[in-house]
This record gives sequence, C-alpha cells and structure tokens, in this order.
Amino acid sequence: MNAKIDYTLHLADTTLILSQRNSEWCGHGPILEQDIAITNISLDLIGQARNFYQYAAKLIGNTDEDKIAYLRTEREFKNLLLAEQPNGDWGQTILRQYFFSQYQYLLYQQLQNSKDEQLAAIAAKAIKETSYHLRWSGEWVIRLGEGTDESHQRMLNAVNELWGYTGEMFIPATYESPVVKENTGVSVDSLKQPWLEKVKTIFEEATITVPEKVFMHSGGKEGKHTEHLGFILTELQYMQRAYPNSEW
Amino acid sequence: MPVQNFEKIFQEKIDNEIKIEPKDWMPDAYRKTNIRQISQHAHSEIVGMLPEGNWISRAPSLKRKAILLAKVQDEAGHGLYLYSACETLGISREETINDLHSGKAKYSSIFNYPTLTWADIGAIGWLVDGAAIMNQVMLTRTSYGPYARAMVRICKEESFHQRQGFESLLVLSKGTKEQREMCQDAINRWWWPALMMFGPKDSESTNSDQGMKWKIKRKSNDELRQNFIDMITEQVKVLGMTLPDDKLKWNEERKHYDFGEINWDEFWNVVKGNGPCNKQRLQARKDAWDKGTWVREAAAAHAEKRKSKSNQQAA
Repeated sequence: MNAKIDYTLHLADTTLILSQRNSEWCGHGPILEQDIAITNISLDLIGQARNFYQYAAKLIGNTDEDKIAYLRTEREFKNLLLAEQPNGDWGQTILRQYFFSQYQYLLYQQLQNSKDEQLAAIAAKAIKETSYHLRWSGEWVIRLGEGTDESHQRMLNAVNELWGYTGEMFIPATYESPVVKENTGVSVDSLKQPWLEKVKTIFEEATITVPEKVFMHSGGKEGKHTEHLGFILTELQYMQRAYPNSEW
Repeated sequence: MPVQNFEKIFQEKIDNEIKIEPKDWMPDAYRKTNIRQISQHAHSEIVGMLPEGNWISRAPSLKRKAILLAKVQDEAGHGLYLYSACETLGISREETINDLHSGKAKYSSIFNYPTLTWADIGAIGWLVDGAAIMNQVMLTRTSYGPYARAMVRICKEESFHQRQGFESLLVLSKGTKEQREMCQDAINRWWWPALMMFGPKDSESTNSDQGMKWKIKRKSNDELRQNFIDMITEQVKVLGMTLPDDKLKWNEERKHYDFGEINWDEFWNVVKGNGPCNKQRLQARKDAWDKGTWVREAAAAHAEKRKSKSNQQAA
C-alpha cells in the first residue's frame, strides 16, 4: 500500500512541478499563440496532478490534495529532476517538455492497463492531453533545430543542459518494483528503448545528434533534488505556510 | 461617386443599425478611431495578464491555481481576437505591438497598479472585470462588425471571470480575521482605480461626441460609471465588506447612488506613466517580445524551408 501511495505521489509531483515551471511563461511567451499553448499545457498538467493527488489523499486517508501538495517538504517530493530544471530560453523549455511528454506518453499507454482502476482511468483521460503536448513540443523541437543557425545552436545548448536528466526517467525507484509486480504501475526500464528511438527520429528531422555517454543524474524520485526545488516550493507553498488552516 | 455620397451611405447604415464591415467604405477618422480603440483594448488584455500572472506561482490552492491559469489564458485569447479584429482595418499585429512598445498606443491604466496580496486577484475579477464588462456589453452593439462580434465572445468569458472573482472574495469574507482584512484591503485599493476605468467625466472627455454619432460608443463614461457603482454597492453588502467612500449614499430622487469625488490627479498621473507599475509592465512586454525574436525568426525560416522543400518535390 505504501508503495502505491509513493508511486501515485511521484506521478503527481512530477506533473505539478512541471506545470509550475511552464506557468512561469504565462504572459511572457515569444508569440501570443505559443503563450496560450504553454499555459494550456501547464493547465493540463495541473489537472493531471490534481487527479493523482486526490487519489493519493484517498489512499492515505484524512488529508486532501492541498495538504499533500502544499505541506510536504523538499525531501518528501518525488518528482523527476527534469521537471524542476529552470525554463532557460524557449528552446530549453520546449526540449524539457518534449523529453517529458515523449516519456509520459509511453508511460500512460501502459498505465491505462493498470490493475488499479483509478490509476488506469486517470492515465486514459490524460493520454489525450499528452498526445497533444507531444505533437506540439516535437514540432517545435524540429522547427527550432532546423530553423536558423541561432535556433539550432540554442537547441544544442538545451540538449547539453537537459540530456543528463533524462536517464532518471527509466530507473525504477524503490517504490516502483512492488507496484510493477502487482501490475498497478509501469516498468519504466522497459520504456527506455522506445523513448530513445522516438527521440532519435525527431532529432534527425531537427538535425540534432543524440548525445552519447553522458553522465545521468538521479535522485529526484527518491526525494534528493537539485537546489532548484526548494525555491519552487517556497513560492508554491507560500500562502498555505503563511496562513495555515484557511479555506481558499 | 463623390465622397459626400459615400459618407451619407455610411452614416445611413449606422443610423439603421447596419454593421460596418472591413471592405465597406468608411471615413478615415472612423478607421483610425477603431484602430486606436481596438488595439488599446487588445493591449489591455495582454498587459492585463501581468498583474494576475504575478500570483499564478503562489496561488493558495491547486484549484485556485488552475482557475487563475485558465483565466489568464482567456485574456490572451481575447487579445488574439482583438488583434485579428484590428488587422481587418489594415494594420498588422506587429505594427500594433510596436506602437505599444514605443508608448504611442495606450492600454488600460488599471493594470499599472500592483497585485500585492492574493485578495487582489479576487478584487480584479470582481471590480476590474466588472467595470470592463459594463463597457464591453455596450460594445457588443458597436457599429464596426468584427469588433462587435469579438465582444460577444469576450463578454461571455468576462462575466464568468467576474463571478469567479466575487466567489473567491466571498470565501475570504467568510474566512479568518487575516483573510477578511486582506479582502477589505484589496477592495479599498481597487475601488477608485476601477471607477477611473470609465475614463474622464463626460464634460472633459474629448473622444465622445463623434464616437456616439458613429455608434462606436453607445453610452457615456458617466452613465457607465454610475451603472457600475449602483451594481457594486449592492454586491459589496453580500460580502459584508464596505467601499472606501463615505459619500456613497442612495439618492431617492435620482434613483442612483451618489458618490465622492474621484482623484483625477492620480488618474492623469497614471496615464502619463507615473503609476506604480507603468515601467515594469511595459518592460515585461518588451522583454517578452525581444527574447522571442529568435523564436519567431526560427519559425519563419523553418516554414520557408518546408515550403521550398515541398515545391521541389512538386516540381
């Protein structure tokens, strides 16, 4: 049971933190249509996060989505390190979204068949959104990779910044083995090859080379984060910390 | 046909409530007034994303965060329809945006006020969107077709935002002592600037007469302001809060609320650029545009490459 709770929190935390990051663009995007698109993705992700948190709250008992999201500390968050990386320029935000959406799409494809009906239902609903995020971000990776010399260079920088955070997606955390065994969770190591193949296809079109032998960071899924997360949570949780036990 | 005849036909259409469409003949001044007004409105939507966007990362619950994100996204959508309506008058979006950045075009001064606490988000929804709606409902009947049609869509969403804003204040008004204080403080700070949104008094407004004749505007600033005051004075009772005006009093003879004097010095100061956030707002817009240059260039270059590829394949 504890493993399932941790697993659900991991799914929730990753989508919430990425939503929080993407939402920093709202009102500051490079093109009005794209400002709307990235905000829309942020909105989809917070919706998914809420579904997972509400389910986790039910499993834990005597709590709610806001207590879980707003009153846990840095070491209790289980999001992927990729999600908490700074937005950087538009290219970096796009690439982060693409890496994640490509992974999330493969993940949800399998999670739809989870023996846990609730997780299966959340994944089945969310995959429609994710397939849009995937198409949108993939198209932008190609557009920027292939666009101008400057945009190409910026995409190479983005790959350089982010590639080292992709490995963690495919390393099972301690709480994942039990849920995989019960057929409620997805075996993430099995997603690695399909993910890599899809990324290669998109990168080829974008005229970007897939890096090799890059050191992969990990730890986020087990609560060991980069220094960025503390600041994200400081903002995210400010109101609930400053005015405890209030209704909003 | 001499110009006088065109003008006559044009005015007849207006008098008969027939909408003016992009390809119709229109006086130059009518075109210019509409460009000015629609672009100003579009810029207001876009700049208006900033004070509210300021609280997205700190929204106090997941539900409120989602509502706020959706709301700010709606504003961006409104900006988009309005820039498109403006383009039908023969000015590109880029030119329009350049005018904002150069300071030639204005946006609603209300967005030069800061959002200091969470309650400001509710107060903006209730008071600022509420004031905007008074104006926009009138504009659904404005004489220029594309503007009127954009307004119909926008009004539906704005009235939803206003209810959401009120509802979020209602929660605060029933909350802890700190929440109630936060709520009252936000109302105190936003009330007068909201009244200024209707513009100068009719006796001092320069753009009104011709605008009324052309049915660009259909109610005067003072009329709209009075309607707003009458509405909000009733609604604030539901919140158990007060409006910061000791002269606010029902006038049985006029069947309207009397109210105190607006600080027009403050109004003109903010219009002239001396509001608390004028510089930051414009800078944020310019920065977004400048930092996006390489993205727009890349998108254009990529589209061009694709086009020449498909031309080669066709050949």
